Amino acid sequence: MVRAFTTNLGRRVVGGVEEFGYGAALLVESLFWIAIGSLRQQPVRVATIAAEMMRIGVSAIPVVAILALANGMMMALQGIYTLRDFGAESQVIPGLAMSITREFGALIVGIVVAGRSGSAIAARIGAMQMSQEIDALRVLGVNPVRYLVAPILLAMVVMMPLLTILANAVALFGGGLLCSLQLHMSLAAFTELTLASLEVADVLQGLTKSIVFAVLITLVSCSNGFATSGGSEGLGQRTTRSVVLCIGAIVVADMIFTFFLSR
Amino acid sequence: MPMPNVSTVVESTTPVIRVTELTTYYGERRILDRVSLQVAPGEVRVIMGGSGSGKSTLLRHLLGLERPVAGCIELFGHDINTLSGQELFELRRHMGVSFQGGALFNSMTVGENVQFPLREHTRLDANTIRIMSRMKLEVVNLAGCEDLMPAQLSGGMIKRAALARAIVMDPKLLFFDEPSAGLDPVVSAELDELILRLRDSMNISIVVVTHELESAFKIADYITVLDRGEILLTDTVENMRRSDHARIRSLINRIPDTGPVDADAYLERLTRTD
Repeated sequence: MVRAFTTNLGRRVVGGVEEFGYGAALLVESLFWIAIGSLRQQPVRVATIAAEMMRIGVSAIPVVAILALANGMMMALQGIYTLRDFGAESQVIPGLAMSITREFGALIVGIVVAGRSGSAIAARIGAMQMSQEIDALRVLGVNPVRYLVAPILLAMVVMMPLLTILANAVALFGGGLLCSLQLHMSLAAFTELTLASLEVADVLQGLTKSIVFAVLITLVSCSNGFATSGGSEGLGQRTTRSVVLCIGAIVVADMIFTFFLSR
Repeated sequence: MPMPNVSTVVESTTPVIRVTELTTYYGERRILDRVSLQVAPGEVRVIMGGSGSGKSTLLRHLLGLERPVAGCIELFGHDINTLSGQELFELRRHMGVSFQGGALFNSMTVGENVQFPLREHTRLDANTIRIMSRMKLEVVNLAGCEDLMPAQLSGGMIKRAALARAIVMDPKLLFFDEPSAGLDPVVSAELDELILRLRDSMNISIVVVTHELESAFKIADYITVLDRGEILLTDTVENMRRSDHARIRSLINRIPDTGPVDADAYLERLTRTD
C-alpha cells in the first residue's frame, strides 16, 4: 500500500521532471532553428508563420473582444458596488486601469488562447504523430520542430501581446461604459482619468506576462501533441491535458510574476 | 568532421545497407536480437515476418528513427549512429520512404504532398517542381489527381501517392512498409508490378517490409525472414521455398504456430491475483 503509493509518486515526479525538460529542450531547439535555420537550408517559413498568426491570433479576436468587454463591465460594476460603502466610487477608475492592464487583459487572452489553440495544436500534432506524418517529416529530412513548433512559437509571441493590447482597450472601454452610466460621467472624462492613473510600466507588465504565456502555451501544447500515443483515446486525453496544463501553467506563472513585480 | 560525400559513395558497389548485430529492447522486452543483414545496390529485399516479429522496429532503425541498444547500422557506408543531425539530414535526401498508412500530410493536396520534398530541399522554381511532381504522379498512375486531398483518396491511391512522394527526389534507396496491407489482391498486384518497374527504370535498391507471402515471392531478389526478433534466413525465393526449416515451412504453408500447452502455467495464469 505504502510502497505502491511511493512508487507511484516517484514515477509521477520523474515523469514531471522529464516533461519539463522536454519542454525546455523544445524551446531551445525552436530558438535554434529560428536563429540559424536558413543557414542550414531549413528556414522557418514566413508563410507558415503568417498562417499560424491567422489561426492563433486573428481568429481569436471576436472571443477575446467579447470576453474582455464583459469582464471590464463586471469589474466596474463590482468595484462601484464595493466602493459605494466608503463613498469612494470614483476610485474605481484607477482600480480598473491598473488591474486590467497589469493582470486581466493578459489573463483573459491567455485563457482564450490556451482553450482555442492549446487544444487545436495538441490535437493537430497528435494526429500527425499517430498517422506517422511526423516520422514522414523526419525521413524527408525536415525537422519537425523547425517545421511545426518554431512557426507556432513565433506567431504566439507576436500575436499574444497584440491580443492583450486589444483586450486591455476593450475591457477599459467596457468599464468606461458602465462608469459613464452609473457615475454619470462622460467617456472622455473616464479616458482622461484612466490615462492619468496609468503608467507605462503597468501596460508593460501585462505585455511581458502575455509573452511568457505565449511561450508556455506553445511548449505545453506542442509537447503534449508529440507525446500522443494510444489511438483516439490517447489523442483525446492529450488534448484535454494540454488545455488543463496550459491554463494551470498560465495561472501559476501569473502568480509568480505578480508576486515579484508588485513588491 | 567533414560531411559525408554521399553522392560519390552511392555510385560504388558497397552495400547500400549493412546492419551488424543490431539488438534493441522495448522496456524489458527484447525486440531484435543480434540482427545482421546486407542489401546490395539495385536489389529488391523483402523483410518478412508475422506480427510482433520485429520487422517494423527494424524498419524504424533503418530509417534512423530509433537508436539501437547495441550493434551498428550503415547506410551507403556511413554508420548512422555516429552521424550528426546535419549529416543524417544529407543522407536522407537519398532515401525515400512509403509508410504503411501513407502518412500523406492531410492538410495538403496530393500534388503539394509530392512537391513537398522538392520545395524543402531544392531551389527549383515552382514550375519545374510542378512538372517533376506530375512526372512522378504519372509513374504511379495518379495523373490528374494532384488537386485531391488525401482524405478523398482510396487505400490504393494513398499508397501510390505516398510512393510518388517517396521517389520524387530520385532516391538511391527506397523503403516500402506493408505495400499490400489493407488492399484487395488486384490493387496489391499492381503495386508489386510498380515496385519492380521502379527498380528497373530508376536502378534503386528497394527494401519492402511485408507479411504477404505472395507479393514477397513475386518481387523479392532476396528474402529475409524475421521471427521473434531473430533472422531465420536470408536467401533467394527459390531457396526459401525449398528450405526445410520448421518455422519457415509453417510460414510458407500458413500453419499457425501453437506450442504445446503447459497445464500448470495455464492454471497459474487463470488463477493469478495481482
